[in-house]
Amino acid sequence: MSTNTQSSRSMPGRGFLRPGGWIAFCLLALASPAFAGWNGLNMTKGVTELSAIIYDLHMLILWVCVVIAVLVFGAMIYSIIRFRKSRGAVPDTSMVHSNKAEIIWTLIPVFILVAMAIPAARALIKIEDTRNSELTIKVTAYQWKWQYDYLDSGVTFFSTLAESSNFAREKGSGIDPNTVDHYLLEVDHHMVIPVDTKVRLLLTGNDVIHAWWVPAFGMKKDAIPGFVNEMWIKATETGTYRGQCAELCGRDHGFMPIVVDVVSKDDFNRWLEANKPAPEVAPSPPAAEPAAPAAAAPSGPTNS
Amino acid sequence: MAYSNVETHAHDEKPKGITRWLFTTNHKDIGTLYLSFACIMFFVGGLMALGIRAELWKPGLQIFDPVTFNSLTTNHALVMIFGAVMPAWVGFANWMIPMQIGAPDMALPRMNNYSFWILPFAFMLLLGTWFVPGGAPAGGWTLYPPLSLQSGNNLPMAIFAIHLMGASSIMGAINVIVTIMNMRAPGMSLLKMPLFVWTWLITAYLLIAVMPVLAGAVTMLLTDHFFGTSFFSAAGGGDPVMYQHIFWFFGHPEVYILILPAFGIISEILPTFSRKPLFGYESMVYATASIAFLSFIVWAHHMFTVGMPLAGELFFMLSTMLIAVPTGVKVFNWTATMYRGSLSFETPMLFAIAFLFLFTIGGFSGLMLAIVPADFQYHDTYFVVAHFHYVLVPGSIFAIMAGVYYWLPKWTGHRYNESLGKVHFWLSAIFVNVLFFPQHFLGLAGMPRRIPDYSTQFTDWNMVSTIGAFGFGLSQILFVIVIWRCVRGGEKAPARAWEGAHGLEWELPSPAPYHTWETAPDTATITRGAEH
Repeated sequence: MSTNTQSSRSMPGRGFLRPGGWIAFCLLALASPAFAGWNGLNMTKGVTELSAIIYDLHMLILWVCVVIAVLVFGAMIYSIIRFRKSRGAVPDTSMVHSNKAEIIWTLIPVFILVAMAIPAARALIKIEDTRNSELTIKVTAYQWKWQYDYLDSGVTFFSTLAESSNFAREKGSGIDPNTVDHYLLEVDHHMVIPVDTKVRLLLTGNDVIHAWWVPAFGMKKDAIPGFVNEMWIKATETGTYRGQCAELCGRDHGFMPIVVDVVSKDDFNRWLEANKPAPEVAPSPPAAEPAAPAAAAPSGPTNS
Repeated sequence: MAYSNVETHAHDEKPKGITRWLFTTNHKDIGTLYLSFACIMFFVGGLMALGIRAELWKPGLQIFDPVTFNSLTTNHALVMIFGAVMPAWVGFANWMIPMQIGAPDMALPRMNNYSFWILPFAFMLLLGTWFVPGGAPAGGWTLYPPLSLQSGNNLPMAIFAIHLMGASSIMGAINVIVTIMNMRAPGMSLLKMPLFVWTWLITAYLLIAVMPVLAGAVTMLLTDHFFGTSFFSAAGGGDPVMYQHIFWFFGHPEVYILILPAFGIISEILPTFSRKPLFGYESMVYATASIAFLSFIVWAHHMFTVGMPLAGELFFMLSTMLIAVPTGVKVFNWTATMYRGSLSFETPMLFAIAFLFLFTIGGFSGLMLAIVPADFQYHDTYFVVAHFHYVLVPGSIFAIMAGVYYWLPKWTGHRYNESLGKVHFWLSAIFVNVLFFPQHFLGLAGMPRRIPDYSTQFTDWNMVSTIGAFGFGLSQILFVIVIWRCVRGGEKAPARAWEGAHGLEWELPSPAPYHTWETAPDTATITRGAEH
């Protein structure tokens, strides 16, 4: 299911090669002594239908901003260089007002905004359309772990920070985080979803507000006690994707990651069968992930 | 000269000792108190920021446990917003508004004293939470329930502190409005007022409109926690999201409270050092008013991920995007002010130009954040942190610094050391970008905000950011040195300290006497001053 190459896809390393990344990088040339290894400058395109739309929208508005910035900053820099007192510039004190100029620079931004609002609204309408999903998973957030309920099949389990990260993150643990695989981005039990399937997530919180976010899926949404929020994902590539809780939820807010394995439909059905609760027995945790070499081997139901 | 009668100087006797400051009703003394308080809080909040950045130097927990880290982020925000930036603006209002509109003092001088002296007590309460069992508030400065209700003894202390700050702000705002409405010199019509006065007038209305809303929201937290109400508890029939709506109905106008006076100061400084009147004075006033109006109908863009109906998301996206129009008008007018001027680059002008560039970058990221689908990625990441620090630090704080350098000669009667001022500027301008620009990358790469520890791929840019933080923080010591030396002595400043300066304050001697405009300026003086 997940290999090292696949899992690296969730790491934001490819933005470096994109034009937006380069622009951003050049802006910071001042602060970057070395190029090698300085990755993760831009949003990634992700692996779902929505994440690609969101990425395109992000790049569109980024470029619009870059173009406006070049024009506006260009005018400012021109004025600063051209009209210096030290170069003998004489002020044109009659230039105090121009209806024409002011109307123009009120209207042009309006047109630009309308032009950006249209694709944004179209994307939003698609994002909010959770109909026709093929699988529903209820995600419940706790301080500080996630619970996944596969409503159609009864599979249910908790997902907490992997032990290797949990040991290393203690103050004074003496463990170098760089030696821990996927430090803070690994859990004991991965969430598993099938590829090319519209999966609907129902999000709720048990204690305080959390937010479920996997950058490669493009979306984040709050998990709020007493509310059920909806969002959908349709992953187009198999692999392992990692994210984190995105809403401050107390002490261990930084330590409740999300790991999702996107697998083929067949693999998913096998996984589902293997983890279905035996009748009239309390839900058992899923079998140890064959695909999670970095996770400490889960020896039993630690959370449920 | 309009202002050189001997009589005034006979009145220039100042009370001596500590009682001068405790009991003062003089707008200049109170302005000084506010600005000094803001400066102290800037360093308190700054130390917290350095604590945050030190912990984020590399992955793993080195210095703080996670709860202390959360307390640092929470208190850094509260101290910087309510302790540093807002009091600094009230300090400027006190010093400058009476002098700029030809009034002898603020309209309500005793309330003025009271509104300042509430503040030290408010901050003793807030900072005192660090020493109570359970520690300081750690639920974020927005105090979202249910998380904020999990705190212990710090909650009522923080809430009462917010009540006191709100009362202080409301009194300050009432004072500003009454002063501007009633105490303008004859002939100083509304559209002759300097833009700093205009922006503060609008800011004051925002303050009066929204500070009670914040007070109400936190009071509901208090009763939820101690008196068994369920305003924000779903289990009791309440709604945790309602808190966010109420909070941001305060919170969004609040961000304009932090930036509108900055617009005013920049609109004073750019014309002075361009030796050319402000371009489009009236459209600047209208743009400020439109921004203030729009600030009331965009609040939910802070909470796009709570799961709003599609119609709500569309409305708040479009209204938020609209703010770019009046803000754009301002930036274009400022650029047009410099165009065909005769520019010189003293420290206030340098800070104003840096404001122009860097605030605009903050505006661009703000526009990106308004696009709801993209915001689903940006929300609660370091991209947001980068955005609001760009509008607050090289925005509000740079404008405060520009204003301090601009009016220091008027306040102290001395010129500050221009070379040191420029060194301070260049260090600040460089390090502020080293500090905050990489945070855009971190956010886009997927680093959430408010985490004490992070995955290893975020290490490099966090290190850069931390270097910038310490560089920026240490540079501010220079700011205090420049001010201190200027207060103690230096080259004598003339009444009109800057060649291109217009406005009634420059008709007064430097330093401004203890009592000014006891006789209102004549029309000729006002007309000369109102050449914006």
